[in-house]
Amino acid sequence: MKGKTRSLPVSYRLAVTSRVLAAVLGGYIVAALASVSLSMWVPMARVDAVVTGMMTSFLAYLGAVIWCFACRTALRAWLGLALPSLILAAVVGLAYWMERT
Amino acid sequence: MKEGFRQAMAWLHTWAGLTFGWLLFAIFLTGTLAYFKDETSHWMQPEIPARALSSETSLTVAQHYLEQHAAGASRWLIELPDAREPGLSVRWQQAPAKPGERGQFTEKHLDPQTGAEVQGRETTGGEFFYRFHFQLQMPYPWGRWLSTLAAMVMFVALISGIITHKKIFKDFFTFRPRKGQRSWLDGHNAVGVLVLPFHLMITYSSLVIFMVMVMPASVLVAYKGDVRGFFDEVFPASTVRELSGQPAPLAPLAPLLEKAREQWGGGRAVHLSVNNPGDANASVVLSRDGSDRVVHDFGSAVTFHGVSGELLGTTPQASVPKAVAGSFYGLHMGHFAGPVLRWLYFICGLASTAMIGTGLVIWLGKRQLKHARSMAMPFELRLVEVLNIASMAGLMLAVATFFWANRLLPLGLAGRADWEVNSFFIVWGLSVLHAAVRRGRQAWVEQLALAALLFGGVPLLNALTTPYHLGVTLAQGDWAMAGFDLTCLATGGFFAWAAWKMQRAGKAEHATRNRAQAITLEQEAN
Repeated sequence: MKGKTRSLPVSYRLAVTSRVLAAVLGGYIVAALASVSLSMWVPMARVDAVVTGMMTSFLAYLGAVIWCFACRTALRAWLGLALPSLILAAVVGLAYWMERT
Repeated sequence: MKEGFRQAMAWLHTWAGLTFGWLLFAIFLTGTLAYFKDETSHWMQPEIPARALSSETSLTVAQHYLEQHAAGASRWLIELPDAREPGLSVRWQQAPAKPGERGQFTEKHLDPQTGAEVQGRETTGGEFFYRFHFQLQMPYPWGRWLSTLAAMVMFVALISGIITHKKIFKDFFTFRPRKGQRSWLDGHNAVGVLVLPFHLMITYSSLVIFMVMVMPASVLVAYKGDVRGFFDEVFPASTVRELSGQPAPLAPLAPLLEKAREQWGGGRAVHLSVNNPGDANASVVLSRDGSDRVVHDFGSAVTFHGVSGELLGTTPQASVPKAVAGSFYGLHMGHFAGPVLRWLYFICGLASTAMIGTGLVIWLGKRQLKHARSMAMPFELRLVEVLNIASMAGLMLAVATFFWANRLLPLGLAGRADWEVNSFFIVWGLSVLHAAVRRGRQAWVEQLALAALLFGGVPLLNALTTPYHLGVTLAQGDWAMAGFDLTCLATGGFFAWAAWKMQRAGKAEHATRNRAQAITLEQEAN
């Protein structure tokens, strides 16, 4: 990541752009999914669970951003966000399904 | 791999810090000024007198005034004076023309002793810094979104900065003064580590404050898209009783203060609202002042029957998650802070601002070193330099101009409050132009020197344009007013010192550069 300030190849610039997008957008999705799943699984009154989920979501965002810039390639950054997103989405879906049955 | 991780974090810290540094500097500086929002407003409306009076007396005065001038209103709102903001303000809302609409508000400031209307000069006062701090003078909700995004970037920059510093405590005890670039880095580290808890608290709490706006997914899911339902559960508002249509005189309000105090175990009421005054079903809601505890409890209020004065209800104790969210809010706002703690908040805020500023200076300084021998700087470095100067020295100039405009603009000017704000932005814009046409160091020195003059001149300006100069305010013990003047004077002194340092360092640098050039020429000649 410690690129020389001069004559950076286009591929490097694209990789950085890709990481930034993954961090900002992908990180937001991870954080939002984390807040939803937490608010559904924390054993508290509805309003308290929602407040707890929202308050902690920023930690998930932070973790996602750090991952996006710490991993070796831009592709890994996206994959590393896709996996927890899928798990969290499954957890939310499970809670939803349990609520309905 | 471990070293690689640290380097990656250093990269993240550098670039997150640079891209949002200028905006964050402005947000942190205006936010820091907002800790003295009430004092600033008091200074900017010197006509409103400071009087040491009990809340009971002020409330009786307010009730008397409202019964005479706003008997038919659907709601009265009364803000009681306190030590920081001596104004007694009353507002009333007319019954709306159609049900469901919002009735029009009228606001008046009263002398808490005589009950006479006080006409303060038109100004936004300290409220301007407070609003700019999170709305950035942008239309709703864009400013709030941008400032919350900046807060998230700040959070990332803080954590990646901590990871970058492996010797975080050792670095803290290291300060190498007069070593140029090294000193800036040591200062950045010291000010970063010293007030680290404050940086983390203020940044995370700013995210929590706007969490419903920026992270609404869980609310939307849990409440099936009904955000209102969520807010109704968060703020269990006392339901307003229906208008009975039977006229009945309102009970004296002043004794209710004592009754509320009993309910809270000593808490003070600072805000009252009276619903349907003059009706048999009138109700009085007393809200607790935030200044007596850390946890900000939204809508902690007691309600009394307006005619009989009997207690109708209190809001229940907040649950733990709500109390945690409330304490984030309370810690960020610092309403609870007394004079000493308020100054500590102010100093910590300045430290955060300084940390951001030194970071920006370091970014540029490191890269400038490579071009020290050539006279011309690449465009991107020059751009950063101009933005650094305008966002730091230029912003200080704009703040000082805002205060000067408050005293110099004619009192009768139409849109006076807007012109104060305009002059702030005009000067800030001019500082960009000035930084663009002058050489870097000269621009720094000139803008800092001008800021020193403007800030240092504030007490003099105040003495020349109002009767409330330091001799009077210090003798009267009006510390809000006197403190404002003295703080401006000290700020002016600091900028003068900074400008002088810059000037001297510039001369020294010039000499070394000339010598370096001479040596290179010599070598080339050989």
